[in-house]
Amino acid sequence: MTIVRENPVEKYLRMERMPSIWCPGCGIGTTVNCFARALDGSGFDLDKVAIVSGIGCTGRVAGYLKLDSFHTTHGRAIPFATGLKLANPELKVVVYSGDGDLSAIGGNHLFHAARRNADLLVVCVNNFTYGMTGGQVTPTTPYPAIASTTPYGAYEETFNLPGVVAAAGATFVARWTAYHVKQLAKTMGEALGKKGFRFIEIIAPCPTLYLRRNRLGEGLEEMKYYQEKSVIKNGADPKDVAIDYREEIIVGKFVDVERPTLEEAMEKRMGEALGAKYVPYKQPGKMSPRA
Amino acid sequence: MSNAESTGVLTGSHYLDGDHACSEGAIAAGCRFASGYPITPSTEVVERLSQRFPHVGGRFQQFEDELAASIALQGATWGGAKTITVTSGPGFSLMMEHIGLAAITETPCVFVNVQRAGPSTGLPTQPAQGDMMQARFGSHGDYRLITVCPNSPQESFDLTLEAFNLAEEYRVPVIVMLDEVVGHMTEKVVIPPAEKLKVTERRWTTKKPGEYKPFDANGGLVPDMVKAGDGYRIHVTGLTHDERGYPNMTVPAHEKMQMRLTDKILKNVDKIVRFDAQDLDGAEVVVVSYGITSRIAQKAIADARQQGIRVGSFRLITAWPFPEKQIAELSKKVKAFVVPELNLGQMVLEVERIANGRCRTIPVPHVGGTVHDPSVILKKIQEAVR
Repeated sequence: MTIVRENPVEKYLRMERMPSIWCPGCGIGTTVNCFARALDGSGFDLDKVAIVSGIGCTGRVAGYLKLDSFHTTHGRAIPFATGLKLANPELKVVVYSGDGDLSAIGGNHLFHAARRNADLLVVCVNNFTYGMTGGQVTPTTPYPAIASTTPYGAYEETFNLPGVVAAAGATFVARWTAYHVKQLAKTMGEALGKKGFRFIEIIAPCPTLYLRRNRLGEGLEEMKYYQEKSVIKNGADPKDVAIDYREEIIVGKFVDVERPTLEEAMEKRMGEALGAKYVPYKQPGKMSPRA
Repeated sequence: MSNAESTGVLTGSHYLDGDHACSEGAIAAGCRFASGYPITPSTEVVERLSQRFPHVGGRFQQFEDELAASIALQGATWGGAKTITVTSGPGFSLMMEHIGLAAITETPCVFVNVQRAGPSTGLPTQPAQGDMMQARFGSHGDYRLITVCPNSPQESFDLTLEAFNLAEEYRVPVIVMLDEVVGHMTEKVVIPPAEKLKVTERRWTTKKPGEYKPFDANGGLVPDMVKAGDGYRIHVTGLTHDERGYPNMTVPAHEKMQMRLTDKILKNVDKIVRFDAQDLDGAEVVVVSYGITSRIAQKAIADARQQGIRVGSFRLITAWPFPEKQIAELSKKVKAFVVPELNLGQMVLEVERIANGRCRTIPVPHVGGTVHDPSVILKKIQEAVR
């Protein structure tokens, strides 16, 4: 029998920064494990993969991955990533952030990046709450869940994130839960290999705030809930996958289409309009050493 | 456009407005990424870039708002490009958070604010100089940056290019503070051949991955840079961080980072500060002005000199850092400073603080969306020598 002494994902992590800030039972670390496995299986040159996060618990992901990593401002990971990709087209750029960061304060950027088909993989860990600030209501908190700013229960209509980004033009949309580690890693790998605005939502437990405040038990019990209530419906219409409180969670790959990315559309139009006069953007070369 | 095709530099004599000259200054500096959101009276800068960039290998992206525009350029900087974004009052307010991000992450980039009258939507099409303190203090926390104030389309070209050089030299956001009049006035702009321009390139590290720490200044004040994709696997964060770029919430880490962010400007003030001094020898009164107001003040100064008043001119080219040493020296020799500006008193506060009672400081505030009547400035000069 072979004894594996090394965690295969360690080489993708900044181990000198461990332990992470995440609470026991938090789902974010599980998703990072899946992401590292997806990178492991991808065969990509990881020097050419960059990760960008916003602010919040999931916003800390960038800091733990051993990639070129950028921890930006609240809600603005997507425009930072768009600029990074436009200036350095050979990079694969991944945005990794939470539901509050991406869909509330960063909502405008999320929809416009999907519309213009910015060439980004956006991973959204949806734990239905703002964890870092102590468990406030987010655009995804379902009726009538308790949050620190909805002490009598949430009552606003929520964002069905796959529906919203698909409507805005995303070319790849999928959802899994933190229970579906194999499927998630596979979907992440698949999405990494594609172009255009790709969006993966991951339903994940926040035991410290969301689960405790709603008396839903520990992380393990949440895993059982995901196991029992998740229904795989690949190809489901994204507008039909909204999540109600403690009801079934529709998971799977909902959208997988192709259309020109922002960069391709830009290049094509400039070429059409300017012909031989068009001077395409040049990838900045390998750094020239200090003179 | 003889030179334009090869280097992008629009060598020759042109009749340009200040906004368009700013675009050309950026191109001449090697800027090849711009982000923006439309706002009067600054939009012409990105309109020209959107037209010119496809001819010189640059990329312009219009974003959904100024929040996006002011961080997209920083992503592009870390991607290896020289970058610019352009706005006016309301957009400048939205960009404040990302000026702070650029300061703490030491991201070289250029912000342009073509000032209009505020507060809020204010007078969208009319000039003001009401954002001078915002340019210095607008983002939260302690940081230093560099601000330049062109007073003509020619200077809009020259100082935009210079802004890029300073951004690279000190790894700070540099703000070009135009105003509506300089932005929209059209004058002759002479653009030298590319080889005659001084362009500061990014200072890349010579260290290897593993040895390099992105925020270690190696005993100096400004760390060398790398870009994403070259194998360094850097981490860049808006959190307080150590030399590796890793978050560190301790007192020594915060203090060390803060002091270097401040010192890299303060200890280089003499190299950074730029001003234009005229007729200071024997002057009893010195008019301190900047931007379009310095052009109006010229008329008042000429009239006063004709009346025999010994008046000199000190024009701020960098508003920040402020030329403290020069103003302090002058304050020992003159009776008064006269400070006209298109606001209710901003840079005059700095003049007064540095003069520290050694001479009078006379503000000449003006609001309303027009420039001063020179006779108002003249009256204050006369008052100063009485």
